[in-house]
Amino acid sequence: MVKVTVDGIQVEVPNGSSALQACEAAGKEIPRFCFHERLSVAGNCRMCLVQVVRAPKPVASCGFPVAEGMEILTDTEIVRKARRAVMEFLLINHPLDCPICDQGGECDLQDQAFGYGADHSRYQEAKRAVTDKYLGPLVKTVMTRCIQCTRCVRFATEIAGVPELGAVSRGENMEITNYVEKALTSELSGNLIDICPVGALTSKPYAFTARPWELKRTDSIDVFDAVGTNTSLHVRGSAVLRIVPRVNDEVNEEWLADKGRFAMDGLKHRRLDRPWVRVHGKLQPVSWQDAFVAIGRRLDGVAGERIGAIVGDLCDAESMLALKDLMTALGSSNVDCRQDGAQYDVSRREFYTFGSGIAGIEEADALLIVGSVPRQEAPVLNARIRKRFVAAGRGGFPIGMIGEPTADPTYRAEILGDGPGILADLRSGSHPFADVLKAAKRPMMIVGHGALVREDARAILAACWALAVEVGAVGPDWNGFNVLHTAASRVAGLDLGLLPGSGGRSAAGMMSGGVDVLWLLGADEFHTAQIGAQTFVVYQGHHGDAAAARADVILPGASFAEKSGTYVNTEGRVQRSFRAVMPPGDAREDWRILRAFSEVVGKTLPYDTLEALRDRLAAANPVFRVIGGRDVAGVSDLTGPAGDPAAVSPAPFQPVIDDYYQTNPICRASPTMGECSRIYVHPRTVAAE
Amino acid sequence: MGHLDRTVRSFLLAELVAGMGATLRAFFKPKATINYPYEKGPLSPRFRGEHALRRYPNGEERCIACKLCEATCPAEAITIESEPRDDGSRRTTRYDIDMTKCIYCGLCEEACPVDAIVEGPNYEFATETREELMYNKDKLLANGDRWESVLARRLELDAPYR
Repeated sequence: MVKVTVDGIQVEVPNGSSALQACEAAGKEIPRFCFHERLSVAGNCRMCLVQVVRAPKPVASCGFPVAEGMEILTDTEIVRKARRAVMEFLLINHPLDCPICDQGGECDLQDQAFGYGADHSRYQEAKRAVTDKYLGPLVKTVMTRCIQCTRCVRFATEIAGVPELGAVSRGENMEITNYVEKALTSELSGNLIDICPVGALTSKPYAFTARPWELKRTDSIDVFDAVGTNTSLHVRGSAVLRIVPRVNDEVNEEWLADKGRFAMDGLKHRRLDRPWVRVHGKLQPVSWQDAFVAIGRRLDGVAGERIGAIVGDLCDAESMLALKDLMTALGSSNVDCRQDGAQYDVSRREFYTFGSGIAGIEEADALLIVGSVPRQEAPVLNARIRKRFVAAGRGGFPIGMIGEPTADPTYRAEILGDGPGILADLRSGSHPFADVLKAAKRPMMIVGHGALVREDARAILAACWALAVEVGAVGPDWNGFNVLHTAASRVAGLDLGLLPGSGGRSAAGMMSGGVDVLWLLGADEFHTAQIGAQTFVVYQGHHGDAAAARADVILPGASFAEKSGTYVNTEGRVQRSFRAVMPPGDAREDWRILRAFSEVVGKTLPYDTLEALRDRLAAANPVFRVIGGRDVAGVSDLTGPAGDPAAVSPAPFQPVIDDYYQTNPICRASPTMGECSRIYVHPRTVAAE
Repeated sequence: MGHLDRTVRSFLLAELVAGMGATLRAFFKPKATINYPYEKGPLSPRFRGEHALRRYPNGEERCIACKLCEATCPAEAITIESEPRDDGSRRTTRYDIDMTKCIYCGLCEEACPVDAIVEGPNYEFATETREELMYNKDKLLANGDRWESVLARRLELDAPYR
């Protein structure tokens, strides 16, 4: 620790801190443009000038390391004058177009010009103009506004791992460019919008839609992947206009994947806003009561074991528990939250959660990825892996991958093989990567759904666990055994036991004629042709996707923005989101629908309020008592999950996501995501047009 | 003595005569009243009457949907919605003023960076129904077209003081 005096206030900061951090520790706000906590220091905007006693001239505090006994002055006439001069230089070429700029109202330059700018410009000459660049369907550029802080260049290179942005020319002619007219190939490109301190990079879908002061902000959780990114929904009236990340160092730092940020325009399209019942082969709009009666009549006389329920990927824990309670009341044990057919061992939580935690990635020193493409399955988590990879330096964080990645992982990974057969080689030590894992102090392993949706999933899981034990990835003080989920609802579903009970049927079994009445709670990720022709299908959900078209009764539910819900991310962290808008039309919150229906069939569920349901949730599994937190603990019991590690088949892993932008009903209804899919995933059809 | 003085004055109708004198004097002075609506009083170029949305001389509407007027309006009478127009420029799709809420403070006019929303000299826009006072963009633009010559002149006259 170093003792520094800032404006007479003595603070202690760690060795190697910058003067800017020391000033922050003393509670002094330093204006800055190019400096960002999570990026490398560039020191090119010069806005953070401070005076250091005995230094001949003002210094840029962001890149100036502190020394013992240093005295920093942040509010002297020299400093103020220097900052005013820097601001004047920045404003020379910055256009005066704040009224038409989308950053207006949340612009760093605007705010700081208020503090350090002059009331008029002394600059009479012509201003510079820069041609706009094409960065794809998500990021809009107005490059004339750029102040060359190079935050975007550093973000793309360091965090996103796609070095596609750079600066060309110098002096006044310097331009930020992507060199060629090509969309940015990153699932994190939306963060450029947040990171740009001016209006040079703004959101294309949100262009000119609203001003920040008009928006109401509601805390939420991203449901488009299983990372559980903390988000904030920005709402005006009844529409969610944009989604931005909240800072949570344990989960997402301050990043948000593009799907979570831009798919919300799907909330306005293809919505189910009233109940429907199929009469003579055609869906007819009906009242809630009629819909319930139609289901009740069909259920009449059907045995419990001929009723089943499948839960989709976007459901909250409350509605899942209500569905499970309803099915239990109806005498059915056919409940499944695994519509992709994945297999888990739920006897212990270590076997199906991300044990090391997302923040734990930064403590690991070797990584083995089995059957997963983290870049597509969890882009924010992938950024954390890359962060660790970059921080460790050359060879400091060896990464091995089993299964061919469908996209550049953004870090150097050794492809060990394409199928699980390689696990046996790693265990026997015949593969050189086994030594890497063994030599590591805290090796970790990520098992993805490419491995878990296979027939031999249990064997792979057992083999992975055995390998993890052998290389020391699990132990009393470190749990490096990680399962990476792709569905936001999955871990909560497993925690609540939404799995077929004894004698119950799995999702596949229910579809292939195993049940007469099938209740789909937002379950869409399968071919509806799999459902038997005689099966009576109740679809409860928010979007009219494929499964709704097959349904005999449609019950309109609420999407993540329209209900207050509990979600458990892949780490097993329980998080809560709040209602931002009301569901459209007659749609209702899902647990209320289930509660109301239970009354119609005479099996009234024992909760009338969300609080009562949450008490029931906490009673069903104690993990739901702690919101937001998560204790990182080692594994004391090293016995592995059920399964024979030797029974793996050599077939190569298949990726579980073939189109990142179209993985759920909301994305498929979103025009922005459709556009992304056309440009990024199916570029040939775009070229052919 | 005062008592006697007052009694004498009241018997001589002195106040009445003074009043009649004032009337007689006013009788020969120029008239202060005007024959509204056939005659109207003078208006300052800063008079804040009915709103109008102006256009540029080439017919392009001035408003760029910056929403500063909406933000500054103390009565929250203005509602704006915007989106990119086909040519990519920032334009309003909706610009409503609730004239029954408006307090005619002129802050919208002052906030406008492009002199698009102005309060014109017209104060004769009473309507028979309340609904007619909910102005939309078409109505405001039509106002602007009708009053443009006057509005431009007013801004010109007021420019030295801004």
